[in-house]
Amino acid sequence: MITFASCFVRCEATVTSVPIDPLKATFWIWVEYRRQKPEPVLMQAETAHPADALRRPERNDPAFLAKIAAEQKIEPQDEMPDDYRKHLVRQISQHAHSEIVGMLPEGGWITRAPSLKRKEVLLAKVQDEGGHGLYLYAAAETLGVSRQSLLDALHSGRAKYSSIFNYATETWADIGMIGWLVDGAAIMNQVPLCRCSYGPYARAMIRICKEESFHQRQGFDIVRSLVEGTTEQKAMAQASFERWWWPTLMMFGPHDSDSVHTQASDWGIKRLSNDELRQRFVDVTVPQAAYLGLTIPDPALCWNAERGHYDFGPLDWDEFWRVVKGGGPCNEARLSARVTAFENGAWVREAAAEHARKRKFERAAKPAEKIAA
Amino acid sequence: MSQVHDQNSGNDWPLFEVFVRSKQGLDHKHVGSLHAADDTHAISLARDVYTRRQEGVSIWVVPAASITASAPEQKSDNFDPMANKIYRHPTFYDIPDEIGHM
Repeated sequence: MITFASCFVRCEATVTSVPIDPLKATFWIWVEYRRQKPEPVLMQAETAHPADALRRPERNDPAFLAKIAAEQKIEPQDEMPDDYRKHLVRQISQHAHSEIVGMLPEGGWITRAPSLKRKEVLLAKVQDEGGHGLYLYAAAETLGVSRQSLLDALHSGRAKYSSIFNYATETWADIGMIGWLVDGAAIMNQVPLCRCSYGPYARAMIRICKEESFHQRQGFDIVRSLVEGTTEQKAMAQASFERWWWPTLMMFGPHDSDSVHTQASDWGIKRLSNDELRQRFVDVTVPQAAYLGLTIPDPALCWNAERGHYDFGPLDWDEFWRVVKGGGPCNEARLSARVTAFENGAWVREAAAEHARKRKFERAAKPAEKIAA
Repeated sequence: MSQVHDQNSGNDWPLFEVFVRSKQGLDHKHVGSLHAADDTHAISLARDVYTRRQEGVSIWVVPAASITASAPEQKSDNFDPMANKIYRHPTFYDIPDEIGHM
């Protein structure tokens, strides 16, 4: 490989004897440089498919791991182990699916929101979730997978999404709990992902985290107005809190000892373990629940001064796996709602594509008309 | 789900890269990408996806397929030669204290 610098040195050596127009010299240097250099590769900026020419390092390649350890970001066209790419496609697409399916439990409450203000806020929040799904699908596509293949995986049940959205939203208080607890837990998970080693994912997460904070606060605000309301409203909030507390703790995934994806930390994708994140969430949320006057449905919950953390009771892992495997209260309803929405939207996609073809045709025809006139 | 896929075949929307000018006087900056039927459609989707909180005053969309990128395997060819040209930076030159700011 010849560099521009070495080429310059050699050309300079050949022309020193004759005075020469510097502009012309630069031109010939450029010609020489181009002659020895392959043509630029046509490549989509953020969306190039893995270049075959690139070396694909082994999963524990020392150079790759060193790059990660030095906090250098991996960009779509950089070489990366196949397993790193696969892991990211799975994680980012599951994350995207969660955002999209996550619109369903709240979407049903938009028309039932108790005031115009709450309706506006909820509408904006659900629209954000759709946006988050889109940022993430686009990030996954930079790894060389098509949007359609990701949607197919969701619709056929092959791909997973966060189990929390397989629980029902029975009362208005549940909308408060989703914002305060579920989005609170999601923020706990997502903030470390802003520093994840894969550039497009990290950038999408920064955007998402900025918006997620509003989601949590609007949820807290709903719960707060309920606990400050009538006895019935307060009871509704407490009942809802009891329904969501344990499923929210399950959002952080299995115990570290049962978690299979440990490689993700070597790859700079996962910064904190499931149990660390769960503990952080409990520590932050207990005082908030106390402020609201809500009772945490866990007799084992108490402050452990020695550890500097709250101790809490065991999670129902049977329930966790049952819901992950499709046996939750709403698994079927959520998936069929997604599939139906996609199928019912087919004519919209078709019409938009047809309209675009028509416009392209019209634009192409315009200059010809001018000539004719 | 193959049926769903078939219904949509031929109607897959191309990918657009989205650039947003966050405020008057600043450059348009790449913010992400999205699928749309055509450029006009892409602008209206970009408005909803990337500027829900007044993040911009102007949007550019470019078909992703129209972008030519420098090849990653030529990264060192392209950019390393500039590493030893420190004389291109003003800090390379000593300016006497008596001169002050230059």
